[in-house]
Amino acid sequence: MSQKITIDPITRLEGHGKIEIFLDDRGDVDRAILQIPELRGFEQFAVGRPVEEMPRITPRICGVCPTAHHMASTKTADAVFHVEPTPTARKIRELIYNAFMFEDHTLHFFFLGGPDFVVGPQAPAAERNILGVLGKVGLEIGGKVIRARRECRDILNHLCGKVIHPVCGLPGGVSKGLDEEHRAQFLETAKFTVDFARFALKIFEDVVLKNKEYVDIVVGDAYKIRTYYMGLVDRNNKVNFYDGDVRVVTPEGKEFAKFKPEEYLQHISEHVEPWSYIKFPFLKKIGWKGFEEGKESGIYRVAPLARLNASDGMATPLAQAEHDRMYEVLGGKPAHNTLAFHWARLIEALQAAETMVALLEDAGITGTDLRNIPTRVPTEGVGIVEAPRGTLIHHYKTDERAIVTEANLIVATVNNAGAINMSIEKAAKSFIKGGQVSDGLLNMVEMAFRAYDPCHACGTHAYPGGMPLTLNIYDHYGERIRQLRRT
Amino acid sequence: MSDAKPKVAFYWCSSCGGCEESIVDLAEDILKVVAAVDIVFWPVALDFKKKDVEAMPDKSIAVTFINGAVRLSEQEEMVKLLRRKSGLIVAHGSCAHLGGIPGLGNFWNKETIFRRAYHTTPSTDNRDGVVPLEKSVVDGKELSLPAFFDTVLSLNQVIDVDYYLPGCAPPRDLILNAVTAILEGKLPPKGAVLSPNKSVCDDCERNETKPEKMTIKVIKRPWEALLDPKTCFLAQGVICMGPATRTGCGERCIEANMPCRGCFGPTDQVFDQGAKFLSALGSIIETSDEKEIEKIVDTIVDPAGTFYRFSLPTSILRRRKMEAIR
Repeated sequence: MSQKITIDPITRLEGHGKIEIFLDDRGDVDRAILQIPELRGFEQFAVGRPVEEMPRITPRICGVCPTAHHMASTKTADAVFHVEPTPTARKIRELIYNAFMFEDHTLHFFFLGGPDFVVGPQAPAAERNILGVLGKVGLEIGGKVIRARRECRDILNHLCGKVIHPVCGLPGGVSKGLDEEHRAQFLETAKFTVDFARFALKIFEDVVLKNKEYVDIVVGDAYKIRTYYMGLVDRNNKVNFYDGDVRVVTPEGKEFAKFKPEEYLQHISEHVEPWSYIKFPFLKKIGWKGFEEGKESGIYRVAPLARLNASDGMATPLAQAEHDRMYEVLGGKPAHNTLAFHWARLIEALQAAETMVALLEDAGITGTDLRNIPTRVPTEGVGIVEAPRGTLIHHYKTDERAIVTEANLIVATVNNAGAINMSIEKAAKSFIKGGQVSDGLLNMVEMAFRAYDPCHACGTHAYPGGMPLTLNIYDHYGERIRQLRRT
Repeated sequence: MSDAKPKVAFYWCSSCGGCEESIVDLAEDILKVVAAVDIVFWPVALDFKKKDVEAMPDKSIAVTFINGAVRLSEQEEMVKLLRRKSGLIVAHGSCAHLGGIPGLGNFWNKETIFRRAYHTTPSTDNRDGVVPLEKSVVDGKELSLPAFFDTVLSLNQVIDVDYYLPGCAPPRDLILNAVTAILEGKLPPKGAVLSPNKSVCDDCERNETKPEKMTIKVIKRPWEALLDPKTCFLAQGVICMGPATRTGCGERCIEANMPCRGCFGPTDQVFDQGAKFLSALGSIIETSDEKEIEKIVDTIVDPAGTFYRFSLPTSILRRRKMEAIR
């Protein structure tokens, strides 16, 4: 008798996500599928829009990471006009971008991903939330978490107009500068974020790394898949969020490709399935071989751990030390442990914080050269940034009046769509045997995809409590025979 | 005991999650709200499902905040169900209020959107011509997806709406005011947009730089010139939707030295935001020669996508007639 299990979190990647798990006649997992039932058609309705308006339109793809779309879009507009931002504008953009990365990453750790570890994967669901985290590590930390979010969002509000949704990016620069008073104020925030990121890593050390049970879960096979990895790197192959070349490494960690943004079509293709509105990107030179691991499959991963795997290290000293320590514990680079995305995320938050300090200590950031006015005929451009959830690609073609004639977008979480499906299937296969569905399954399966911080989680991002899930088990007549719920 | 508290629900349709974040951004203030109400449905945060809502008595939810436009069959079903179960429905944010940015999809239809997304995008490798289907079978396993509509709808095109919280995303003070007014029973007339009924220009700090008689001869795009951070954008020849847009936003875009794009929609007196803007523009163009007016207006690129950036589905245009472009 075959069975179907539905995990319907009714929550989002650009909307919603639904997991279907099919059991075979022995009650073992045959297939697990994550469906994304949402599409809005940005690539089509971009056509006809002035290219400089795209940074004000595309952030509506995601209200949780609008800054990533705003920046990718602004960089694409630079490329379309063949113009570089002024030195000051570049610094301001990088400040905005690093403040955003820091805020997004640390928030994920404390509110969404962290509770599984800090409170514990087996802890009662009612405690597995931000309040549980505070109960375990101390209430005064709550104040720090709120302060970190508020002050980073103050920086974004000041420079971008609105956190949801930013408006400041223009081809060749930014619309608003930074004065000395705010530079000094934001530098204080930046220094605080460095302390805060180190403190978050200390919590990770004390709570996770000193607990053998947790370490075993992190390094265990249920949460390990071997894939290619992709991320932006700077001239020295160090992690960069705002700019650089895209580097891809093999599951063994060898450089497989390194390319400029405008070359992305030679390297990435997207596969279509009839059962999801999301597409599944893969490495073009290897090809689509289905939802398979390993070197022969074109599946690759993006986002924190993937970025670290794809680089030769971090761009800042404190983050580099943490990077070295992580790979020592995980047994070398690259690491394939999906749950280590959480750890890598904190290391990236530290790099973002250190970068903010460096940018704000540079008096040049208060310069008044905010815009290079484009002078060349606009044509076509590609802009790539590293969003918190991975490599984000915008590509526009325009006519000579800079009106968009074609647009193509590969959104961060989409890159991981194949791998998230595989991670869910692997976790489900590890925990469901002989038709026995343990109550712990819900959270263990959930942990497999929460590690990616996929945009399905966008909304839950900041909320007490994990992602709500209901798991229904149906017999082959479609009758529900069992229901498990967690809140 | 929680039964004594008013029941509140939240739902999202075709949206970006920014409206949910706008609630999270209430930060400490949200805790006061949460303490005063009983949240009975919030897919993003709480584990209650459609069937739980179905089981509630009609009108038992005091107020439901719905964000996002309506584009999928599943969204239509949910908002109709929530209408039945709720005393009040608030359209939260530009998409539910006016159609919003996803409403720009009304320049196209399902066929053209699918063709682009799944066939003609240059990174798509789909030689078998696969498209997502409402019903599909994979290895003998049946899977389903909700239907995708040709036309994006605002919330009030699907259900009766009591109040509108404007903005993309709505600012925190407006949300808090709305919640407080509802909880205290100080309800404005039905259909009210919960933001001051005057234009962005009325509140804009740059308004005093607007010359007595404003005249423009050329329209400039924001990338074409350095923009003075103190002077009215229209006086600089840059399209700013301020005259045709309701205030209450705090003029945050203008504060960042970028012109308004109209996310709050029009004031009560105005039916069509784009038409209102055109008439405002007509009055400041420095010529009465119709040919010359035409020439100046021709320099505005993408008037439909600019004047109706957030309101296409609820405008007099509503959507593009697809037969005409084939």
